[in-house]
Amino acid sequence: MKSSECEDSDLHQNAMVDRRNVLRGAVLAGGVASLAAWMPAWAQPVSAGIVRALPTVSGEDIHLRIAHQTIMVDGRQTHAIGVNGTVPAPLIRLREGQTVRLHVENALDEDSSIHWHGLLLPFQMDGVPGVSFPGISPHSTFTYEFPVVQSGTYWYHSHSGLQEQMGHYGPIVIDPAGEDPIQSDREHVIVLSDHSPLHPHAIFRKLKLQGGYFNFQKQTLAGQLAGRDQSGKERRAWGAMRMDPTDVADVTGSTYTYLVNGHGPRDNWIALFEPGERVRLRIINASAMTTFNLRISGLKLTVVQADGMAVRPVPVDEIQIAIAETYDVVVEPRDDRAYTLVAESVDRSGMARATLAPRAGMTADVPPLRPRPLADMKDMGMGAMDHGAHGGAGMVHKMRDFSAAPEVRKSPTVQTISPMPVDRTGEPGQGLEDAGHRVLLYRDLIALDRNPDARAPDRTMRIHLTGNMERYMWAFDGRKLNEVKAPIPFRKDERVRITLVNDTMMGHPIHLHGHFFELVTGHGDHAPRKHTVQVQPGGTVTFDVTTDAVGDWAFHCHMLYHMHAGMMQVVTVRPRDEAGA
Amino acid sequence: MRGTFALVALAAFAFAQAAAAQDHPHEGHGIEAAAPTPAPTPGPQMAVDPDCPPEHAAMGHCVPKAMPAEPEPPAAGEVSAPAAPRANYADRIWGAEAMAASRAELKKHHGGGSSSQVMVDIAEVALRSGRETYRWDAEGWFGGDVDRLVVKTEGEGAFGDAFEGGEVQALYSRAIDPYFNLQAGLRQDIGPGPSRSFVSLGIEGLAPYWFDVEGQLFLSDRGDLLARLGGYYDLRITQRLVLQPRAEVNLAAQNMAPEGIGSGLVDAELGLRLRYEVVREVAPYLGISWERQFGRTARLTRARGDGTGGFTFVAGLRTWF
Repeated sequence: MKSSECEDSDLHQNAMVDRRNVLRGAVLAGGVASLAAWMPAWAQPVSAGIVRALPTVSGEDIHLRIAHQTIMVDGRQTHAIGVNGTVPAPLIRLREGQTVRLHVENALDEDSSIHWHGLLLPFQMDGVPGVSFPGISPHSTFTYEFPVVQSGTYWYHSHSGLQEQMGHYGPIVIDPAGEDPIQSDREHVIVLSDHSPLHPHAIFRKLKLQGGYFNFQKQTLAGQLAGRDQSGKERRAWGAMRMDPTDVADVTGSTYTYLVNGHGPRDNWIALFEPGERVRLRIINASAMTTFNLRISGLKLTVVQADGMAVRPVPVDEIQIAIAETYDVVVEPRDDRAYTLVAESVDRSGMARATLAPRAGMTADVPPLRPRPLADMKDMGMGAMDHGAHGGAGMVHKMRDFSAAPEVRKSPTVQTISPMPVDRTGEPGQGLEDAGHRVLLYRDLIALDRNPDARAPDRTMRIHLTGNMERYMWAFDGRKLNEVKAPIPFRKDERVRITLVNDTMMGHPIHLHGHFFELVTGHGDHAPRKHTVQVQPGGTVTFDVTTDAVGDWAFHCHMLYHMHAGMMQVVTVRPRDEAGA
Repeated sequence: MRGTFALVALAAFAFAQAAAAQDHPHEGHGIEAAAPTPAPTPGPQMAVDPDCPPEHAAMGHCVPKAMPAEPEPPAAGEVSAPAAPRANYADRIWGAEAMAASRAELKKHHGGGSSSQVMVDIAEVALRSGRETYRWDAEGWFGGDVDRLVVKTEGEGAFGDAFEGGEVQALYSRAIDPYFNLQAGLRQDIGPGPSRSFVSLGIEGLAPYWFDVEGQLFLSDRGDLLARLGGYYDLRITQRLVLQPRAEVNLAAQNMAPEGIGSGLVDAELGLRLRYEVVREVAPYLGISWERQFGRTARLTRARGDGTGGFTFVAGLRTWF
């Protein structure tokens, strides 16, 4: 893995300053120790920090109203779709064991919906139009009603069109019926997201028309002459395969501002604490397209929960949080000072920033963005190959060999097939190999409680994650949802081992609705249970799932524009007496 | 002529590719019980004591507890998958009628959308033999990921003088592999001289090493066969400054005296354009272009007393929307 500074940081920076998006420019310029010292007076942070808890709704009957609104991000007003007048949508606080009725009014002129991400409920309450229910018509109200059977940190968002990108997402916290196994003195919910002044349909169209539209960190001749990035030989080998190693994120900081609880890095959202307290941070990646690398300079993050499920505490310095994942971490700041929370986009084109501080108005240094990662051979699915023996042009013909993936339809949707993909759950996420400190690995996660079902799987299946960056087509097994004829069938209470094979050079956060699955990472009946799993570029992830929830469920990549391009299928779980032999 | 044959071969290859890209009805969802599942490889991280990670142990901060050996994941059975029903379970709750519209939307919003683009690759003025000339080369498309309607047009002329000529093509375009499209349709020449109509067959796409290439065959309403091969490469100097070398050759299978075309290699063009992408969609450029006619075509041109090529400096705007 090699790295490089953004090559035209000056150009980039000027554009940013023009657009008054200063933090990104500042950090792109690199080497900036302190924001306040670097910025000209007119570009000082727009606030001394915002200390504002998320609006919270709770109880048996909860009213939510989806409507257009404007939001202020880093001093700039933009259009959004929010719930009850806020972005993120209000924190829904529930208690395990209660029943909840959520009355959702759609004040838009188009259909809308809410999907309760990670919640176990009857499939008709899952909120996916065309799969679980008809959707919520314009200017009508739909009531979701279901028992709350779990606890932990979850979230909710629109499953209609591209509304999620416009602000239609919010956090859910469910307190356990009994004592919380995770003790803390204080907690904060941290909703990470990405926000653009561009309409999401405009973003999608630009990606369709030019795959690398938002990538301003490509390899260049200037970079090559300066000795940066790949060598000439490597560039030729990658060029022969028509693969771009800088293709790490589709939509980048060139249009996104990265938000914490709806606030930009210059707004500086502040989470208060008293020195010596155990502070629980409930972190949710509610982004449309951004994988974040999150850390707090000077504090250990003790991971205690993943996707709402308690895990044995793991102390780490940094977490890669995929889209739609949640992690609860406990931090114990002992000093009477501010700490900066930084969540860098995986391609290092920008960051979300917040501050943990004993008092309002305090800030700490913001670390500069680290150099962006470059994809390597392993990211192309050559993990199991001897790199020394397979360099250069020798491998070209192997990049689309369907014999390695007999399940995959031979179509223009499939740009590459990983020739020898490997399980990458024991590795740090993309770009964190050389982080220099402890990064959370999937294999570090061990469930606190014994898994409810530890049977051996009845059968296995493989699903390939396929794509074409040039045409911006994404699919499972080379078939976009609009081309799929039948759902993926399961019998009720089957135990199935599913291996996801990433045939692309980009990580995909894969989400199965209505179920938790157990990652096969060597922890037996204490496997971590998740609703969303990141499949690293060119890698595989294997999980076991008990299909105990009858009905049709969505199964998709949680990158919004990948899903919109077709990377989704319907999974159906049928009662035993109905399901075919 | 050899170029023409090469093009014919290219087109044949393209058809073969298209045939190979057809659906394979026997392929399932990958739900085959016999599908080999790569066993997760045990990593060195598996037996780490979470209270004493290796880096701390290495620094002598702690001593890791002996961790139990990693349990092997239980082996999977080979029960076959159930038959796939229709994805209509929600009909039982909401009724088929209520679900129908949202189900259609689901497909449209997840891969079934269409898009369009107008790309003005060349819109430029040039100074040539003391005359100010203009030139365009543009295309527009509408459609989905695989099937598209494409309109291409190019032409040139001199300011304050006669329009020299151009063409419009209307093509059906089909993606035949991840990078290439097969395109077939009609070409109509416009401007002075005989205004010929052609049937057009071609292939265009992204070749290895990031070359954008195109090859077309044209069969006229009089049975004349022409061919055109072209390509360009975007050399990214910085994130926004791009040098684009491009080349094009035209070939004819026979003499076409009224059009001033002789058989064989008709003409060739090499260009070098340096553009600055203010935004991706808008890029002003400067460049040079070299054109030359060959063989009988050049003799016909000289007989008319016209020049057969040379250098021009160009300035223009590349734009798309």
